[in-house]
Amino acid sequence: MSDINTADPETAPIKRPFRWHILVFLAPAFLVYTAIMILPLIETLRLSLYNLVDGQTVFVGLTNFTTLFSDPRLSASFWNALGNNLIFFVIHMLVQNPVGIALAAMLSVSKLRFATFYRTAIFVPTLLSFVIVGFIWKLILSPIWGIAPGMMDWVGLKWAFAPWLGKSESALITVSLISVWQYVGIPMMLIYAALLNIPDEVLEAAECDGITGWSQFWKIKLPLILPSIGIISILTFVGNFNAFDLIYTVQGALAGPDGSTDILGTLLYRTFFGFQNQMGDRSMGATIATVMFLIILAGVSLYLFVIQRRMRRYQF
Amino acid sequence: MTRLLKGMLFATTMFAPAGAVLAQDASLTIESWRNDDLSIWQEKLIPAFEAKNPGIKVTFAPMAPTEYNSAVNAKLEAGTAGDLITCRPFDLSLAMFQKGQLAPLNDLDGIGNFSDTAKSAWTTDDGKTTFCVPMASVIHGFIYNKKAFEELKVEVPKTEDEFFALLDKIKEDGNYIPMAMGTKDQWEAATMGYYNIGPNDWKGEEGRKALIAGTQKLTDADWVEPYKTLAKWKPYLGDGFEAQTYPDSQNLFTLGRAAIYPAGSWEIAPFKAQADFEMGAFPPPVKKAGDTCYISDHNDIGIGLNAKGKNPEAAKKFLAWVASPEFATLYANALPGFFSLNSTAVKMEDPLAQEFVSWRQNCKPTIRPSAAIVGRGQPNLDLEMWRVSANVINGTQTPEQAAEETQKGLDSWYKPAK
Repeated sequence: MSDINTADPETAPIKRPFRWHILVFLAPAFLVYTAIMILPLIETLRLSLYNLVDGQTVFVGLTNFTTLFSDPRLSASFWNALGNNLIFFVIHMLVQNPVGIALAAMLSVSKLRFATFYRTAIFVPTLLSFVIVGFIWKLILSPIWGIAPGMMDWVGLKWAFAPWLGKSESALITVSLISVWQYVGIPMMLIYAALLNIPDEVLEAAECDGITGWSQFWKIKLPLILPSIGIISILTFVGNFNAFDLIYTVQGALAGPDGSTDILGTLLYRTFFGFQNQMGDRSMGATIATVMFLIILAGVSLYLFVIQRRMRRYQF
Repeated sequence: MTRLLKGMLFATTMFAPAGAVLAQDASLTIESWRNDDLSIWQEKLIPAFEAKNPGIKVTFAPMAPTEYNSAVNAKLEAGTAGDLITCRPFDLSLAMFQKGQLAPLNDLDGIGNFSDTAKSAWTTDDGKTTFCVPMASVIHGFIYNKKAFEELKVEVPKTEDEFFALLDKIKEDGNYIPMAMGTKDQWEAATMGYYNIGPNDWKGEEGRKALIAGTQKLTDADWVEPYKTLAKWKPYLGDGFEAQTYPDSQNLFTLGRAAIYPAGSWEIAPFKAQADFEMGAFPPPVKKAGDTCYISDHNDIGIGLNAKGKNPEAAKKFLAWVASPEFATLYANALPGFFSLNSTAVKMEDPLAQEFVSWRQNCKPTIRPSAAIVGRGQPNLDLEMWRVSANVINGTQTPEQAAEETQKGLDSWYKPAK
């Protein structure tokens, strides 16, 4: 019992000086992030609860939100934008991500020649400015100066050409596919990295069990890269519901024809900043921004709390 | 090296304040949406003013037209706007004046050089206060390629039937696109389409005033008729006009690939610079030979004084100069197609501009229907008309549906005085 009173050097609290350098190193990032991200976000959320009444900014509670959803015109354009945004997202999920995965799967085949070249070439559009991408595609698809009609003529497909960006049936799909073309490099790179991470032993073991080729991809590789696919889906979701730039450069702020390419970002822009003779309405703009924030928050939470928890992870 | 550097540092610290004092003398900034005119302001107009008014330095600061109103409003609210504000006509500038952002200009030297009609676009509803100096109006019509017309041996059309017969003939020949216009940017369809040909149907001012008074509706036959005519334009526009932008249309015409261009007179100067063929112009064709013709002669641009500007005295000097006949002559000739609103007759050199102006003698002028009074609310009637006019030409909406939609939007906020 003698050792009870003797202080155990292992468990005794060690007097350490306060580690100031941690705070110092964190400060720049924290300050910059607060100043340019968190404060504006809070300010936007706050602004959505205020409105101009007789030239004075007054707290109006949730009136802006009820106006947004009850005013026949505002709500019609909001639902139209949300619907278009969903289609925009679905096209990305159905085209961009599967194509990205397929490209990554092909690149990871060790026998492929010029793999680095393909990898770079497919990734380059992602690095281009959206202004350049929008402008290039507008030119390519232009029925007057574009090369698309001519090239389709060479292969006898001239009849299939249409001024896609100018027709309400096809404009949204066209713009979505341009965006897919630009960003397909991102899922490709992430999946490629995940595929390279799979240890050779696992694949060799699969081969010993007679699982090769396609069934190896479906049964071994795909389950192992599922977490990466989840991350890509959520990145696509956030990116698409925040999208604005490409539509603005290709279709203009009116997101024509007849609002058929109008997504939440362009609606927000027109409402907040105004357009031509329509004056900007900051409170209503902030309201739309808040709704967008809530939609994205809901999507991300759904992923984090429901899907990601159920995902099985494998440790090697 | 260090001595040189020290010398430079010394020089800049000593002399910089002196430079600042000089600049403070009076420097004026003009807020504008006319970015096409930047070089004309910098090379012709501003030097002419500065030569007469030493000590006043003027900067012309244009921005994109579609962003102008919201941007300049934000600047005015924040107190960072220039001393001189270019004024859109009617309701937009009136709103600025009512908010106290534009100063009244009733006692400005030279404001008497303008008739009441000229000032109407920048005067309060009671007609008492004018808040912008009128600068110019624009006239709508059709510009055509004279060479193409000669090749095809066709004449300028007077009536609508002749107009469509002409379009048929150009189309049949196949060398030219009959008409260069696209619907992608939407505003062309309304501004060069609906507002251009419409006055013949709604009888200019008569119809416009009846619309404001509430005795006519946009769904009345006179207002639907122009949409029906527009719908007939579709086969004569170039391939893929749905994706054709405004610059595309301009280029198609100036490259000589299209025969007719539904235009506003502001195109004259850029077209002159681009096209290497002779151009002519004709007013919107009337329904039957002998009908009175109406043209859209729209007060388009004025210039006002920022009520909270830093150099009001210098700014007033500039505005008085803008109101002078000297400026009118300079401006109308530097920018043929922007017609002076000054009462003093201005001699214009440009034959195409003269052609446009000559229509004033026989045709009754009117302004764009969505500009005054009915353009004040939400949804904005002008933007609505852009959208439906484009839809009508694209064939995605019938003329009746288009009219109904605009009337519904108008009804939602506009209650005509009974």
